[in-house]
Amino acid sequence: MVDLAEKAREIRVEIIRMLRKAESGHSAGALGAADLFACLYFGELLNFRCKEPYWEERDRLVLSCGHYAPVWYASLALAGFFPMEELMTLRKLGSRLQGHPVRVASTSYTAHKQLPGVENTGGPLGQGVSIAVGMALAAKRDKKKWKTVCICSDAEQQEGQTWEAYQTASKYDLGNLWFVIDRNEIQISGNVHEVMPIEPLVEKLKAFGLRVIEVDGNDIDQIIMAFEKGKLFPDEPKVIVMRTVAGKGVSFMERDFRWHGKAPTDEESEKALWELK
Amino acid sequence: MNIVNDLINIERKATREGFGEAMLELGKRNKKVMVVTADLGESMKVDEFERNYPEQFVQVGVAEQNMMGVAAGLSLSGKVPFAVSYAVFNPGRNWDQLRVSVCYTGANVKIVGGHAGITVGPDGATHQALEDIAITRVLPNLMVVVPADFEQTKKATLAIAAHNGPVYLRLTRPKTACFTTATTPFQLGKAQVLREGKDISIFACGSLVYEALLAAEELKDEINIEVVNVHTIKPIDEDTLVKSAKKTGRVITLEDHQVSGGLGGAVAEVLGEKCPTKMIRMGMRDAFGESGEPGELLTKYGLDKEGVIKTIIEIIKNG
Repeated sequence: MVDLAEKAREIRVEIIRMLRKAESGHSAGALGAADLFACLYFGELLNFRCKEPYWEERDRLVLSCGHYAPVWYASLALAGFFPMEELMTLRKLGSRLQGHPVRVASTSYTAHKQLPGVENTGGPLGQGVSIAVGMALAAKRDKKKWKTVCICSDAEQQEGQTWEAYQTASKYDLGNLWFVIDRNEIQISGNVHEVMPIEPLVEKLKAFGLRVIEVDGNDIDQIIMAFEKGKLFPDEPKVIVMRTVAGKGVSFMERDFRWHGKAPTDEESEKALWELK
Repeated sequence: MNIVNDLINIERKATREGFGEAMLELGKRNKKVMVVTADLGESMKVDEFERNYPEQFVQVGVAEQNMMGVAAGLSLSGKVPFAVSYAVFNPGRNWDQLRVSVCYTGANVKIVGGHAGITVGPDGATHQALEDIAITRVLPNLMVVVPADFEQTKKATLAIAAHNGPVYLRLTRPKTACFTTATTPFQLGKAQVLREGKDISIFACGSLVYEALLAAEELKDEINIEVVNVHTIKPIDEDTLVKSAKKTGRVITLEDHQVSGGLGGAVAEVLGEKCPTKMIRMGMRDAFGESGEPGELLTKYGLDKEGVIKTIIEIIKNG
């Protein structure tokens, strides 16, 4: 049995190291979502083959809030999709670890190569939510067993496209589709309730036809249980509203919106790594 | 190039009808082909596709941004989706989704923008897409195709389905002259010299190719006009354009679109680098359209046969 709390800690350490080396990027969201990613990749929530990243029957993970890239990259490396040392190339010229995740279909010309395990191009908020609906719809029409999990941020709910996508998921009864909303209450310019309130979020999601499950997103057992509970509703699209502490694990970053889009300095990263030991 | 002989007594059908017919054939032939639409299935002529192939049809309602993303997701799961709506919305309203979810990703999505140009007519300028060629041809990985008539739209639709990669297909609303036939050749990326000439080249796209043909026919005793159908705006057929421009030394571009960034802009870019040539761009000049019948609008904005003749005389007069 994998120690998921320990995996989450390892992911957080890699996030800090990568961002320090990159000297730019988004710290708080990635740190807050580390427990979820530990569960997804090491707690058997996702079905995948790291040596065959685009295996037909794999579950699809879509990261709609693309600025969380460091937590995804760290998890993929720890899960064996690519060498750990490549994490230190984040945001550098020629790296497969682009500032925001990129999925390169075979016909596409891009200046960089595909990072194994990445399923979507993400960054402009709201786009991954629709992509996930398209994937889940394709799987349903083809009667495939794989599921789609789409992670989005709470401020992303301010984008109208997310709601367009939810109504489609509901219309087509996409029971193979799981959304996870990271309710960390920060966004780039302030606290969510001050920038643009999104509450009552749960009621809105229910009204759009989604099965809502609320959890503490920094509690491993609750995350695992949420996915177990969701299985009770095989014909309904599900959304796990996960309350997290932004910047979780690094005391001076926690709950502070100023860490949304900032990387730590040498001194700050040393302090952070010491706290994460 | 074989086209119909009698340009006057000519059958008229809309390009969207050709699209609808081709989609029916595609839906049967290739089960991966899907249609995703935003409440415009009937006027985009995919209503019969929906009836015949409900499992290959997705209706997202009036939500074009989501439509583009859903199409991207379908394509990343092995489907060949056609995202179908009016050009003002698709790619007008969902350009960011087109850029990131489709083009950067290289997703195999076909974007079909209908009711393009001022020939939409009475609906007015809100619904007359005059910028769609400009905003699509700047996107890497995206092919841009503007078929000239009904038969060509059928062929173009089949061809873009077979092409692996994103394509924008521009369609129009009214019934327009069917001057190509079922046997007229068509190849993506290859401009068609419909009529050879030595005095002046007209590079046109869409239904206005017909106006150029009419003008060339009317002036044939005085001026020898070459008419080239540039149905693929991107990648543009540089060789054919340069060859024609070198031969005639005078170029007119003609389109139902803004001349900036449209076919006129595309041709000017090619000739500016490879063969600077005296040139007049015909189309909308930094203006919105207005309500009116398609024919009235083409006349008002100088884009019908008479307008083309006037421009030809002007370019000849100026040397």
